[in-house]
Amino acid sequence: MTAPAIELKGISKAFGPVQANKDISISVQPGTIHGIIGENGAGKSTLMSILYGFYKADAGEIFIKGQKTPIPDSQAAISAGIGMVFQHFKLVENFTVLENIILGAEDGAMLSTSLGNARRELKHLADEYGLNVDPDAVIENLSVGHQQRVEILKALYRKAEILILDEPTGVLTPAEADQLFRILDRLREEGKTIILITHKLREIMEYTDTVSVMRRGQMTATVKTNETSPEELAELMVGRKVLLRVDKKPPEPGATVLDVQGLRVVDEAGVERVKGINLTVRAGEIVGIAGVAGNGQSELLEVLGGYADGTGTILVNGSPIPLTGHGADGQARRAAGVGHVPEDRQREGLIMEFSAWENTVFGYHLEPEIQSGLLMDNKAIYEDADAKMQRFDVRPPDPKLAAKNFSGGNQQKIVLAREIERNPDLLLIGQPTRGVDIGAIEFIHQQIVNLRDQGKAILLVSVELEEIMSLSDRIAVMFDGHIMGERDPAQTNEKELGLLMAGITDTSAVAGNGGNDTTEQEVHADG
Amino acid sequence: MDKMPKWADIVLIPLISLLLAAFFSALVILAIGENPIEALKLMIDGALMRSAGWGYTLYYATNFIFTGLAVSVAFHARLFNIGGEGQAMLGGLGVALVCLYIPWPHWSLSILGASLGAALFGALWALIPAYLQAKRGSHIVITTIMFNFIAAALLNYVLVEMLRPVGAMDPASAKFPDATHLPSFQDMFSTAESPMFRGAPANVTFFLALIACFVVWALIWRTRLGYEIRAFGQSETAAKYAGISPVRITVIAMLISGALAGMMSVNTTMGESERLILNSTEGAGFIGIAVALMGRNHPFGVLLAAILFGFLYQGGAELALWTSIPRELIVVIQALVILFTGALDNMVRHPLEKLFIALRRRNA
Amino acid sequence: MDFLTLLQVLDTSVRLATPLLLACLAGLYSERSGVVDIGLEGKMLAAAFFAAAFAYYSGNAWLGLLAGVGASIVLAMIHGLASVTFRGNQLISGVAINFLAAGMTVLAAQSWFRQGGRTPPLEGAARFNPIELPFAIGPSDAEAADRPLSQLIAEAGPLQQFYSELISGHSILVYLALLTVPFTWWLLFRTRFGLRLRAVGENPAAVDTAGVSVVWLRYAAVLICGVLCGVAGAYLSSALQAGFVKDMTAGRGFIALAALIFAKWRPVYALWACLLFGLFQALELRPDIIENVSGLKVQVQLLGALPYILTVVILAGFVGKAIPPRASGEPYVKER
Repeated sequence: MTAPAIELKGISKAFGPVQANKDISISVQPGTIHGIIGENGAGKSTLMSILYGFYKADAGEIFIKGQKTPIPDSQAAISAGIGMVFQHFKLVENFTVLENIILGAEDGAMLSTSLGNARRELKHLADEYGLNVDPDAVIENLSVGHQQRVEILKALYRKAEILILDEPTGVLTPAEADQLFRILDRLREEGKTIILITHKLREIMEYTDTVSVMRRGQMTATVKTNETSPEELAELMVGRKVLLRVDKKPPEPGATVLDVQGLRVVDEAGVERVKGINLTVRAGEIVGIAGVAGNGQSELLEVLGGYADGTGTILVNGSPIPLTGHGADGQARRAAGVGHVPEDRQREGLIMEFSAWENTVFGYHLEPEIQSGLLMDNKAIYEDADAKMQRFDVRPPDPKLAAKNFSGGNQQKIVLAREIERNPDLLLIGQPTRGVDIGAIEFIHQQIVNLRDQGKAILLVSVELEEIMSLSDRIAVMFDGHIMGERDPAQTNEKELGLLMAGITDTSAVAGNGGNDTTEQEVHADG
Repeated sequence: MDKMPKWADIVLIPLISLLLAAFFSALVILAIGENPIEALKLMIDGALMRSAGWGYTLYYATNFIFTGLAVSVAFHARLFNIGGEGQAMLGGLGVALVCLYIPWPHWSLSILGASLGAALFGALWALIPAYLQAKRGSHIVITTIMFNFIAAALLNYVLVEMLRPVGAMDPASAKFPDATHLPSFQDMFSTAESPMFRGAPANVTFFLALIACFVVWALIWRTRLGYEIRAFGQSETAAKYAGISPVRITVIAMLISGALAGMMSVNTTMGESERLILNSTEGAGFIGIAVALMGRNHPFGVLLAAILFGFLYQGGAELALWTSIPRELIVVIQALVILFTGALDNMVRHPLEKLFIALRRRNA
Repeated sequence: MDFLTLLQVLDTSVRLATPLLLACLAGLYSERSGVVDIGLEGKMLAAAFFAAAFAYYSGNAWLGLLAGVGASIVLAMIHGLASVTFRGNQLISGVAINFLAAGMTVLAAQSWFRQGGRTPPLEGAARFNPIELPFAIGPSDAEAADRPLSQLIAEAGPLQQFYSELISGHSILVYLALLTVPFTWWLLFRTRFGLRLRAVGENPAAVDTAGVSVVWLRYAAVLICGVLCGVAGAYLSSALQAGFVKDMTAGRGFIALAALIFAKWRPVYALWACLLFGLFQALELRPDIIENVSGLKVQVQLLGALPYILTVVILAGFVGKAIPPRASGEPYVKER
């Protein structure tokens, strides 16, 4: 038996008081695709960043091809033949592809020779693996899929034998993802070893040879992929049986609450992100917007939430709301009965340094009932926050604790408590369970369904197709600023939605009679 | 879980930073051939052991409270206002115009008018950088630095060409009318048999500064506006989500900041020199940075830090008088305080955080 | 205004632009690497003092220059420590360095020379004296002809006037500063070091994951910044003036910063920006010229404030938007 391509023994790493990795050992066979799966914060990315020398382990040893190899920095990892494609690409945006590829791997002190050599080598790699990119293109002008290719090329240019990919499909359309996995297959055939970090059980089941499961900083199991099942993996990740289905009654839609007509949004850089969309949401229904990140969903939410400008008409309860200038802000929207759970709770929904109780009035802090004279009635706010946190099962139930000290799931509960308990007619929800642990996902989904059953209109945006399919009463798919079509979740399947998400409207070949493979709830993690 | 207890953050870290600054200051004094302990004794003697010394210490402290508060209010909105100096200069112009051209019946009314004038002019001088930051993204640090230079040129022009009495040589305004004379501590606290604060410039403006501390505290931690300023300072994206206008908060925070910096000149121009002179601010606008950093942007901390710097200023003057140590020693100490409490904060913080985590582990 | 007067004003502009240019390029290296430096002023001031003091003691301007550069490097390393190693606030560190220099130079000057915070005047080889280029009319020709230099130049043809008045007769540091411009361009855009330096100012994580040390690169940039500020300071006290006086930088560090923004962080633009601001300063010394040309009486205060006002106008984006390197001002913390 050949020596493992990589062997980690007893790796531990702490960030301040948080133990991210605890005594982890793992062995990866050469020429295989090895998956690492786990919940958010399980420590997957930390472990791989240690292998790549991005972080230094507190304890433990690394063996490459049977040789003990200390990896104090990324330089050492690169010399040991390891390459890594991070979840957030590490590219210099205003450099060309070629400049990014040679950065740190130049031949000699002068640039001209390095660039010439790299151009030849790049052509060779492109031919060999089907990785075509214009070497003179500037990164910021490339699509996300192409930027990812540059990252892979960077690793191959450095003669990587072991390639680590961290959540590579999060920003890709299903078609782009397929293409990526074809490339990875090709690399495996050439004898390269690939480590794939993901939270998508489907990718693990379809593409990996072996899979390791992580939970709370520890490695819980390593199994052959063809000897396991999604249910078993989910249970290993969470440590208990997981409810993979959302229970809900059929919807009883009422009057139209939100009516969007011909909405267009141009971003600060002058790019049109939403290109004239029409959309309605009725009372008592959940409308889900599916789509790959970056196709205009965020901008749609921002305009509805009042913090980006748009043109077109938006009616809430039949009255038009202003889309630019005075009256187009979060305060005015809230007054009009629009609640908003934003996509990025840490950058938008909460002030991380503020205590939980201060956060429970964020956005509603001007309301007259929490004022006493010139000052804010902090005592009343505090008591109200305390009660809300009890009702929403926020742990720990301490209103004085700063928001940054709560877990992702509990932060989300604080935001939900704030927005839901103001009793909005329309609730906008972006990525409700991103970075949220499984226990909290069940609770959050239940709250959303309950709100619908109370007759509220809900607009849900999520890049998790399974979440959209299990929660929505109606699904609209966005691609490149357009709504490609609306589907009834009972009458569609993942493949059809995937085509729409890639901008292909001719879905007759795959349009089915309801998803048979869609009941499975993805386990969310991006740790 | 926080990395360390709150008291360590607000008391221990500033204290250690201060000790470091003091240690290096002592080295500097040694290096120029003087005895730091003797120097400290002399400073304490001159600044704290006599009521007149306190009269100077508190006079300087009054300036630093205003400029320190000015820097802190801006810091809460994550704006670094280096323009306190220029705003205070313009505040002085406001005071001078109010005092010279309005016939005041009594000082109690004139101080209100002068405060208003100072605040207004200071705020106006902060308005353009604020507006440019908010609307055009021009970096406020650079624009406020530029506005300090422009203020100096403007004040020079106004004094030389407009306010200077006919025939006078100094670039200074005429003396203010007697009715605008503010009661000094000497006026207020001396009795016939025991003169207090003799000749010291501390005056009723000190109490105005204390009121300002309280008002700023209430503003920042108890009002909607303060909530919005702090929220904006922590996260601009979140502020937008909540419907807090970045433009509005940037402008308002800078106006308040400029007004506070401007009000410093009530103390110097009205309370002390009783006419507008060219360099009445004497760098107090910059000391506000050190005071705000040391005071951790809290009005009570600012008050304590301002008194400390008042002591240093008065002590430094005593040193310059009795030894060959120039007054610039204070500038060095000020630099060291800014360096250790501001820029090198992590140098003290990281080891302490590690210590507290280790202690917690052991206890667990 | 005649041709010769114009040449004289331009000549003064070049002299006054030199310290701005050196400081501006210093800032360029630092900010291109992602370290904002508002402490250019302080580094120049410290260098000016130490250069003058050591030139005075040794009688050698070059030894003075070395001492000035050394002092500037010490301050630059403090800035590096605060900004790179301890990931502190770079603006606050810059402010601290400016005050440190303002105070320490006076303290040291008083302690060493006891002349109220100045050094004794520098003479002879303790200064960087003007260099006479070949074929130019210079002081040696004036001596040989036993006539004032100005008369000789006035009698020469326009080309010779241009050559002798504007091109020749500067100190070596002026030519050095001018040469630094193409060198900087070459270093930044044609070498491996330059590629990495620019990359670390745009996205340090890209440099880090490419196996190159962010800390080392940023320290290198801060060090170069220190060296150039040191030369700028030495030029002030031992070439432009003859000795150090308190606060002699007089805001030049900030004008250099303004020029850097004006130049959009590019070396060749930096040259033009600094020459323009040098021209303003030259005109401030000769308000009569503006009056003669424009017929307006110009306040000297306004002229003095002009670079600052112009910078604000530039910053306001009315004359083209200036976009700084993306990571500038941000300490590099590995994301979690």
